[in-house]
Amino acid sequence: MIEVNTLNKSFNCVWVLKDITTRFSRGKANLIIGRSGSGKSVLLKSIVGLLEIDSGEILFEGQNFTRMNFAERKKIRRKFGMLFQGGALFDSLTVYENISFNLDFFTSMTKKEKQKRVKYCLELVNLKNVTHLYPSELSGGMKKRTAIARAIVMNPSYLFCDEPNSGLDPETATIIDNLIKRITLELGITTVINTHDINSVLEIGDNVLFIHEGQNWWEGTKEEIFTSGNEELNDFVFATEIIKRIKPPNTSI
Amino acid sequence: MTLFHHLGKYVLLLKKVFAKPEKARVYYKQTIREIETLGINSIGIIAMISVFMGAVITIQTAYNTENPLLPTYLIGLAARDSILLEFSSTIVALILAGKVGSNIASELGTMSVTEQIDALEIMGINSASYLILPKIIALMFFAPFLTLMSMIIGIFGGWAAGTSVGAVTTTYYIHGIQYEFIPYYVTYSLIKSVVFAFIITTVSSYHGYFTKGGALEVGRSSTKAVVHSSVVILLFNLILTQLLLS
Repeated sequence: MIEVNTLNKSFNCVWVLKDITTRFSRGKANLIIGRSGSGKSVLLKSIVGLLEIDSGEILFEGQNFTRMNFAERKKIRRKFGMLFQGGALFDSLTVYENISFNLDFFTSMTKKEKQKRVKYCLELVNLKNVTHLYPSELSGGMKKRTAIARAIVMNPSYLFCDEPNSGLDPETATIIDNLIKRITLELGITTVINTHDINSVLEIGDNVLFIHEGQNWWEGTKEEIFTSGNEELNDFVFATEIIKRIKPPNTSI
Repeated sequence: MTLFHHLGKYVLLLKKVFAKPEKARVYYKQTIREIETLGINSIGIIAMISVFMGAVITIQTAYNTENPLLPTYLIGLAARDSILLEFSSTIVALILAGKVGSNIASELGTMSVTEQIDALEIMGINSASYLILPKIIALMFFAPFLTLMSMIIGIFGGWAAGTSVGAVTTTYYIHGIQYEFIPYYVTYSLIKSVVFAFIITTVSSYHGYFTKGGALEVGRSSTKAVVHSSVVILLFNLILTQLLLS
């Protein structure tokens, strides 16, 4: 479980996150949603330590991440898997080398064992015959899948996904969403997904955190969204005409 | 104030770079790769520039010493000392700052804006050390070879140009390059090349590693890397000359 307590973050004296307190449960797809510029990416990057926070606490299984030094953070980060918005695959390495990168660094596996592990991860994300290809030779969906395979190769305890289906067509986006959900359940990991894709929310959102103007505006399950009377949440989730037909403004289903 | 800010950030980056590597074998492989990218791939341009550099120095010296009171072997001697003391270390370093420096800054800059550096950090890898340390070791190791090669090719270029335009005969040129030869000049030049290699790799890496934004910023970082590396090289050239030759 990940606990975030009264987290505050500012850039040049402008507060981006204000007193965020929340919990991300194990074995669940925890979604952070919000409008563009609401601070959800900053929250995700603050949780993983890519951004230093101004005040507050982030705890991984009770361990205070914010108080850890560089070496201690490095240790805990080995339990992280992260899917970046653009994939962040290493351009100069092939798919195989990208996925086995962590294994080279942190395990003493033999070449055969590494091949087996990479093959398993690629099967998990439904990719075949791509190990020799470079990232530039992959489609958007294949890049995301490769990035997921790389993120899970070390059996992480925590999986962080930053806009996992941005730039993908709806069908591929749904496949990626379901893949993340399946991996979360199968591996029993804590998954935190940052998205503004409503389909993802309704498809896989076990727990949903709605960030509005840098604050924890609403929390609940995807089912509770339908019964919520929160105006900003309803405006965000039911913004399009098609979805408005599911739930007219200021009503609950 | 900005200078001190950058200086502090640069020192902190170096502290991170020289931290204990996670796995020496991975770093070793990466260093070999960088020797090829930064060193071996620079042989062509260094060789070409050295030939022309030697040729121009010889012809210019010959033109400026057209005096019957001055011995002809002076052309070879002047060409040798110019190449050994200054051109093969400083000019080669400035060329490397352009070629290798921009390469390093744009590579790391692109990695930074495409979140590849963040990906390394998330994996629990010291990204600064993994990406920068092999480059420093590779160029500091290979730069002396490039300098030695530049010396030999430069002197050869001088001979080829001098004899082909009739400015000096082979005998006088060889006599000139052997006349009162001081081996320490080679040592001095090699020491400079190692220091300059460190400057090129670290200054360029600094600019690339901290790039934020997009393609435009990568280009800017690349330009800054070349300009700042060149300025620091010229500054250290003065300092090292005073320290090693006075």
